Amino acid sequence: MLEKDTAIVENAIKEYYFNHFDLVNVPPKHTQREFGYQKINGGMIRHIAIKDNKELHLLLMKEAPSDVYCSNAYYSFPNLPMSEKDWKGADLIFDIDAKDLTLSCRNDHSVFKCGSCHGIMPGKQSACPKCGSTKFDVVSVACKNCISESKKEVKKLVRILGEDLGIKKEETEVYFSGNEGFHIRVINDNYEMLGSQERADLVDYIMFNGAMPETFGIKKQNNSKSTLPEMGEAGWKGRVATSLFGSKTKVPKVTRQIISDGYLAFQVKLDEIRQTMGVKVDPKVTMDIHRIFRLEGSVNSKSGLSKIQCKNLDDFDPFLDACLIGEEEVNIIANCPVLIRLKNKKYGPYANEQISVPKYAAVYMICKGLASVV
Amino acid sequence: MKRGVLHPGIMDLAKYPFLAEAGEYLRDKGFNLEQLGHPDWMPLVEKAYGRIITASSGQVYSSDIEKLKDLDKDMEILSFIVAVILLKAAGINTLTRRFSLAEARRSEKYLEHDLGRKYVSDKAVKDSDFPLKIIQELFSVKVVVENDEFMLSVPNYLQRAVHFHEKEWKLVNRRVATGFVHLTAHETVRLIRTELGQYINSRIQSITLTSIPDTFKARVQDLVQLATKFSDAVVISSDYPPCVKHAIEVLEKGENLPHSGRFLLATYLLARGQTTDQIAPLFKNAPDYNERVTRYQLEHISGSSGKGTKYQCPSCDKLRSENLCFAIPDCDGIINPIQFGKKRKI
Ligand code: SF4
Ligand SMILES: [Zn+2]
Ligand SMILES: [Zn+2]
Repeated sequence: MLEKDTAIVENAIKEYYFNHFDLVNVPPKHTQREFGYQKINGGMIRHIAIKDNKELHLLLMKEAPSDVYCSNAYYSFPNLPMSEKDWKGADLIFDIDAKDLTLSCRNDHSVFKCGSCHGIMPGKQSACPKCGSTKFDVVSVACKNCISESKKEVKKLVRILGEDLGIKKEETEVYFSGNEGFHIRVINDNYEMLGSQERADLVDYIMFNGAMPETFGIKKQNNSKSTLPEMGEAGWKGRVATSLFGSKTKVPKVTRQIISDGYLAFQVKLDEIRQTMGVKVDPKVTMDIHRIFRLEGSVNSKSGLSKIQCKNLDDFDPFLDACLIGEEEVNIIANCPVLIRLKNKKYGPYANEQISVPKYAAVYMICKGLASVV
Repeated sequence: MKRGVLHPGIMDLAKYPFLAEAGEYLRDKGFNLEQLGHPDWMPLVEKAYGRIITASSGQVYSSDIEKLKDLDKDMEILSFIVAVILLKAAGINTLTRRFSLAEARRSEKYLEHDLGRKYVSDKAVKDSDFPLKIIQELFSVKVVVENDEFMLSVPNYLQRAVHFHEKEWKLVNRRVATGFVHLTAHETVRLIRTELGQYINSRIQSITLTSIPDTFKARVQDLVQLATKFSDAVVISSDYPPCVKHAIEVLEKGENLPHSGRFLLATYLLARGQTTDQIAPLFKNAPDYNERVTRYQLEHISGSSGKGTKYQCPSCDKLRSENLCFAIPDCDGIINPIQFGKKRKI
């Protein structure tokens, strides 16, 4: 990022932490957690222990970090190197990101940036029209559909956590990630001791990976004796039944069909169900029991939006509710070929135009690499 | 030895002689080591030795406990204890581990049987309570019984089931509701086999022996002799990836490594330039070891027999789905164990 752009973003961040420190929420057992942060154009600084809110506030004001992280794990010595920290448990965390949902809208709000001349083009091209390079960076901007689709995944997840895994609503916290997705944190004593392997299997459950036809009553041989699960059964059996039958009246007919189609056809069916009903979380995040995870209430430098808790997911509008940077007008040169909606206002498209926009919109576009301060 | 809290009967002790209460029982009945050293007790030493030999060959010692007279039940308990003394005196870890695992599998049969009996008749209620108490006391695992099903909390289940690599143990292939996994008696008991083995092993390790009766000494010598059969001569390089190290460890413990794990080990080591002759001994400790079959399989995998296709080491993704991956930070950025240690992190 250019120096003058860095200055305005860092200022905006400082101002944000000055005005909104109350939104920064350090999870329980904060003295046992490892903190880390990054500055614009800088590397990651981690293995930091924090005593109290005052110390954290001071750090945020002094450094104006572009991104702040806090471990999901608790340690005896959070500030020591990893091998000496003495791991004592970790919250169960999940990451749902719109970019992993293979949505058709993605192309409409993605901008391609040439990797060598930094020229910007709205659609995917085989080579840069200016310099011929074939390397591109993809930048995606605010999209309502991406958010509503991600919310659906969050709801699927929260339902499985509750109904199947016995995790109470009060133990599940949902956060907007600050860019294009959601973070979910579970605080439950029974789950915090699980290691990486156990979490990997838990993720497979949630994603519906690795299900065998036998589990749902379909055998390799002697198929005529198969008994399929019933709608209303707990867990995946019930969900699979619902997806197979749709309604009670269809049960006999569909059952006959499934049994005559046989084992392999059923395996294909299970895979279809995985794609539609499995929750699309990032398995690597949940498996990682030493991760430093974006701090709740901190600014995300991919967008200038904040990671904040969604008390009411349905009504939550990240481009309004998480857009918390100041409003004063800033002059920028924007090169943003797609329309952006922030705080219920439209911005762009702009073709290398000098414009005056509120600071939050300026910071958003600068963070996305689509604008620069005049 | 510490006083137990389970209050087992003599039948329970014959089934589960590794409980702390077994020692108390024998002491209360007036048995001591010096006495057992009398030549009259030689048949007992032989029985104990037999118990170890059975275990060392990967089999499970069994006797028809239900039909035994009380005196013979004492012999069941005593032969276990003498076996422990013989093992302790021989001091061969591989042998002790095998014995522990085999004894765990032996009591597993009774645990399963007793668990399942609760609903046969009211009289049998006590039978199923006892195994539940053992599981709770020894491993702090609470098993909830509902109708004819046994339920473990999801975290308790996962912590044990991830050590199995068969697909049916994956959580997704289980009945899960409101935080509990539903299991049969058989599955419940299978889940704690390894822990039971480790428990028995640790009990044996914790014993201190000052001296042993002369009548035991010949059999101790035989055990030392027997142990030379199990080689630990395989070189484990520290730069093997965690998945490969894990597979080797499982085999070393004399535990069962699933086919997919053996396949990983064989293909990995072959790709690293080892020969089938070098690799075969690794499998020696497996409970179902058969030299001829092992060699045949290795040659098949290496492509030096049959159609001559050389098999490749499975990908990290594949291993992850088989619960065989134990990734550490050094695994970042690789897609096959073969790349471990070669590709530097970006
Ligand atoms: S990441 Fe690959 S190399 Fe590392 S443990 Fe897993 S399977 Fe083995
Ligand atoms: Zn270019
Ligand atoms: Zn979209």
